[in-house]
Amino acid sequence: MAKVFIYPATSLILSDLVARFGHKPLGAALGIRERIQTAGVDSPPLQITPEEPKRGLKYAAVEVPSGVRGRMAIYGPLIEEAEAAIIVTDADLAFGCMGCARTDELIVFSLRQSGIPILELKYPSNEEEGVQFVAAVRKFLDGLPEEEGGA
Amino acid sequence: MSRKVRIAQLSCGPEYSGVQKEIYDAAESVDAEVFFPDIALADVERGVDAFGLDVRSADLKLMIARAMALVEGKVDADGVFIGTCFRCAEAAIVRNELRRYIHENSRLPVVSYSFTERTTAGTLLTRMEALTTIARRRALLAREEQTGITMGVDSGSSTTKAVVMKDNEIVGTGWHPTTEVIKSAESAVADALEMAGLTREDIQAIGTTGYGRFLIGKHLGADLVQEELTVNSKGAVYLADHQQGSATVIDIGGMDNKAISVIDGIPGTFTMGGICAGASGRFLEMTAKRLGVDITELGPLAMKGMGKNVPMNSYCIVFGTQSLVNALAAGSSREDVAAAACHSVAEQVFEQQLQEIDIKEPVIMVGGTSLIEGLVHAMGQLLQTEIVVPPHSQYIGAVGSALLASGFIKGE
Repeated sequence: MAKVFIYPATSLILSDLVARFGHKPLGAALGIRERIQTAGVDSPPLQITPEEPKRGLKYAAVEVPSGVRGRMAIYGPLIEEAEAAIIVTDADLAFGCMGCARTDELIVFSLRQSGIPILELKYPSNEEEGVQFVAAVRKFLDGLPEEEGGA
Repeated sequence: MSRKVRIAQLSCGPEYSGVQKEIYDAAESVDAEVFFPDIALADVERGVDAFGLDVRSADLKLMIARAMALVEGKVDADGVFIGTCFRCAEAAIVRNELRRYIHENSRLPVVSYSFTERTTAGTLLTRMEALTTIARRRALLAREEQTGITMGVDSGSSTTKAVVMKDNEIVGTGWHPTTEVIKSAESAVADALEMAGLTREDIQAIGTTGYGRFLIGKHLGADLVQEELTVNSKGAVYLADHQQGSATVIDIGGMDNKAISVIDGIPGTFTMGGICAGASGRFLEMTAKRLGVDITELGPLAMKGMGKNVPMNSYCIVFGTQSLVNALAAGSSREDVAAAACHSVAEQVFEQQLQEIDIKEPVIMVGGTSLIEGLVHAMGQLLQTEIVVPPHSQYIGAVGSALLASGFIKGE
């Protein structure tokens, strides 16, 4: 089982596909879950505190807008953890809206820089492309090592 | 208990910047509730297409669609808060265009803000208060004449002003530097009453505004405690005798600047702030001190100089001071340096704030800095218009408070 970063990181369909084919999806749900389930004094639990944009400085410079840094505080550690990634470009809003376009650019760039195996796909526009899309995802995931951390 | 004022939030990034809670807290403290206009995915696609601004960010697309839902009346709101990350160019474009769109196509008051992760509820409070005032007190803000005997006190960051008004005339004024907030107010009030030949017992209603408004309001038992955005708008159009139609009010204060687009005396859109004290009255105070003149002499001095002879275009009071010292060391005249400082402040207000509201004539400058002739001249040159500085412009907040407070005289 490999840890696969999914982009858009909010896509439940991609997350499901990765899990269904035997790997662990790394996405927004995981990053946010960790924050809201960690015991703290905030009630209701906050996804993001003013500390996050500071932690995000590891991934984006101080000149970068605070919202980008706050987002990177969630996605940055997941990208570091990832052993593979699936990037879907030109995705529909409903497929997994990521909010900030600048963060999206930085995430995709960081993934490409990381040297991990990456599958880049264009969002399908019809049923035939949809079938090919799923087949490509399956083929990519089948090629990933089954043991965690394996080469 | 009155209904909470409903403020629609159009934003990108506050939850990821960690400031969403601050927005909620600021709204809560003025008995307002912030909500996100509920729309369908299809509305987003349709809205973005119809609006015609092709942005990449999905959250900005959502903002556009939500703004359209508000304008089209599909979602009810009393006011709109637009917030995006400071430094994001794409968001700045959307923020500006949406503010203009809502302003031109609806009667909803709009305030916008670009936040950092350090934005606090306190910073947002005045803006939220202004939004709720416009929504709640339209009838009060429609008041065009002062009646009876009322007093207004403006406890600002640099100076405390008091004005006594009687039957639509200013009969007493007081002006003191703000040191101890209550003591300064007491001194200003005493001066105003003495000039008016009246006593505290004669005053039928009191209004307070400015940074110290809550403390002074409690101390004086004020009938109206109001933020300076609405109060200054009202005071400006009253003093300039332009209560109907459009106007633009510019108030360069000690701590922050206000640029307000006013319609019939009621603020439509406004910006408050400025990134740094380099664009405020504080910088001019500091310049006067460095040049060895009283702040009242800075304006006439600047009028004799040529600002273009001195490079000074800093966005920070520290670097501004550095430019100033360098210019003097390089042999620039005091007149030129004074003119450059005035031009620098005017230019920053023009670039940072006036770009965010629609400038409609007349442009009225108010507050203590409106007495600095060089600053008014520089602003007029930048805007290519004659700037109106009404009489008593330095007492703007106090006059606005006294005017609005007359709505609280018993029997009114």
